[in-house]
Amino acid sequence: MAATPTTVTTSSGPARPVPGYWQRLRSGDEAAYVITFMAAAIILLITGMLVFELYTNSSVSRGKFGWDFLVTSTWDPVNDEFGALPFIYGTVVTSALALLLGIPLGVGAAIFLAELAPPRVSDALTFLIELLAAVPSVIYGLLGVFVLIPILRDIEPTLKAVLGWTPFFSGPFYGVSLFSAGVVLAVMIIPFIISISREVILSVPGDQREAALALGATRWETTWDIVVPYAKKGIMGSIFLALARALGETMAVTMVVGNDPKIKASLLAPGYSIAAVIANEFTEATGQLYTSALIELGLVLFALTIVINGMARLLIIGADKYKA
Amino acid sequence: MVNLHTLRRKTVNIVMLTITGLCTLFAAGTLVYILGYLFVHGATSLTWDFFTKLPTPVGEPGGGMANAIVGSGKLLLLASLFGIPIGFLGGVYLAEFGGSTFSFVVRYVTDLLNGVPSIVIGIFAYTMVVLPQKHFSTLAGGLALGVMMIPIAVRSTEEFLRAVPNSLREGAMALGASKARSILTVVIPAAKNGIMTGIMLNLARVAGETAPLLFTSFGNRYWSSGWEQPISALPVMIFTYAIAPYEDWHKQAWAAGFVLLTLVLTVNIIARAVLSKGRHVAR
Repeated sequence: MAATPTTVTTSSGPARPVPGYWQRLRSGDEAAYVITFMAAAIILLITGMLVFELYTNSSVSRGKFGWDFLVTSTWDPVNDEFGALPFIYGTVVTSALALLLGIPLGVGAAIFLAELAPPRVSDALTFLIELLAAVPSVIYGLLGVFVLIPILRDIEPTLKAVLGWTPFFSGPFYGVSLFSAGVVLAVMIIPFIISISREVILSVPGDQREAALALGATRWETTWDIVVPYAKKGIMGSIFLALARALGETMAVTMVVGNDPKIKASLLAPGYSIAAVIANEFTEATGQLYTSALIELGLVLFALTIVINGMARLLIIGADKYKA
Repeated sequence: MVNLHTLRRKTVNIVMLTITGLCTLFAAGTLVYILGYLFVHGATSLTWDFFTKLPTPVGEPGGGMANAIVGSGKLLLLASLFGIPIGFLGGVYLAEFGGSTFSFVVRYVTDLLNGVPSIVIGIFAYTMVVLPQKHFSTLAGGLALGVMMIPIAVRSTEEFLRAVPNSLREGAMALGASKARSILTVVIPAAKNGIMTGIMLNLARVAGETAPLLFTSFGNRYWSSGWEQPISALPVMIFTYAIAPYEDWHKQAWAAGFVLLTLVLTVNIIARAVLSKGRHVAR
């Protein structure tokens, strides 16, 4: 483009020469609209292609196994027998365990940070906790392998002494297990629960609290009976978001879950998850059916997280307290 | 009786407040513990060779991850070239031209894409690039990370453009600027800091992604030239080295973890400082 003085003059005047291409682009609303519109359309296109690719590339497996894929528990690459059940089981169990441990801790901390802590302390701690959300998952995996598993080995006898009578805590413990994966996932999702729940609780109108306190309620009664019910939907939303994250989490789970495609009642036994099996076996998968089955697992995982994410958004938008 | 009742309520109050405090302490304590542990193990395992040398064969001590550091850089560059323009322009569309059903759909789909597990994005890049080319490549890894960058780029751009007061747009238009010109010369420069910070945070996030790289860029124990060969990346190296049964590799994994975490957290802390500063000015 030539920076001629004519660019500076205003566009009035009938005898003005036809503006160059670059000039029209710079002042052309249509051009700006079309370009940005195309970028937005590309996002839709990419997402559409993602679904399409997952669907078409899993066709061999879908054709052969049908819906039985979801309820078959054999995973035998040697004989070309593939079923997703052990992985779905492992994914659901580890995520459920993560929620079981993460919800009380996360919501408890969110209540403390939003309602009880002095604002300065709250801001500083929230800053620290939100940094936890930025830690890459492979680092959680690293710490899981070398820090958490030794700790769990130490407390395993106590755990068994207390809960050993249930089928969930029986059998030998090698360190890598569904339980270890659940604990790592809990640590990973707590920051999400805290930061979103805190925002939701903070946005509860102040007069709700004042009214309760004026009626003689204690600090805790105000928080638990008035504020938390008011913020319930948003807190639920944060939990669903955390769940979606736990379901799709790959690296940390792969490193501590044990990678054994069997369904066992004991949480101390090694297991497997959908994301982990894709991560481990994708590059080794020989044959069309094997790869196709792994891609179908990806499709299952995709569908699962989409549903959970959708529910989370509905809850959070429904609560209208937090703009996602 | 009344006193007993009051006493009970007060006790519950104190006990529950303490419990929530302990929850917070646990969450914050985890970070301190993680940082402390990584710092001790990582910093002590870190040598100058880590930044300058190639990985050594199994059993041979020493060596570094120079190729993985450069590899991560190359992958991030590709990811930025792919993800940022689409994300940024999409964000501009939503903030400045949006308002219709189409924007609602775009926003919804963007959130959906943001929620897709990273391993599934990896499969997508595999089917798009690796399958047709029949080999792992830097290109495929860059595409995977680029797709992951899009949703956050869109949302942060939209958010910061929306934060620009309307009076600036009106002022520009009152002076005769077209809408496009006012966006280009007034609105975007006003939101520049926020958008740049958003991009930095976005990069820090994908820099730690491992899962989408496992079967796209795959990994490489040597230097990778060009964009068509498999390439090593820091997070993938951490994974490979951590699950290997060699003591020496574990030390390398700690060193790599330390470097990666330091980078990610530094970017996050700076970004947050910039953002909170901007917010104060806006008030």
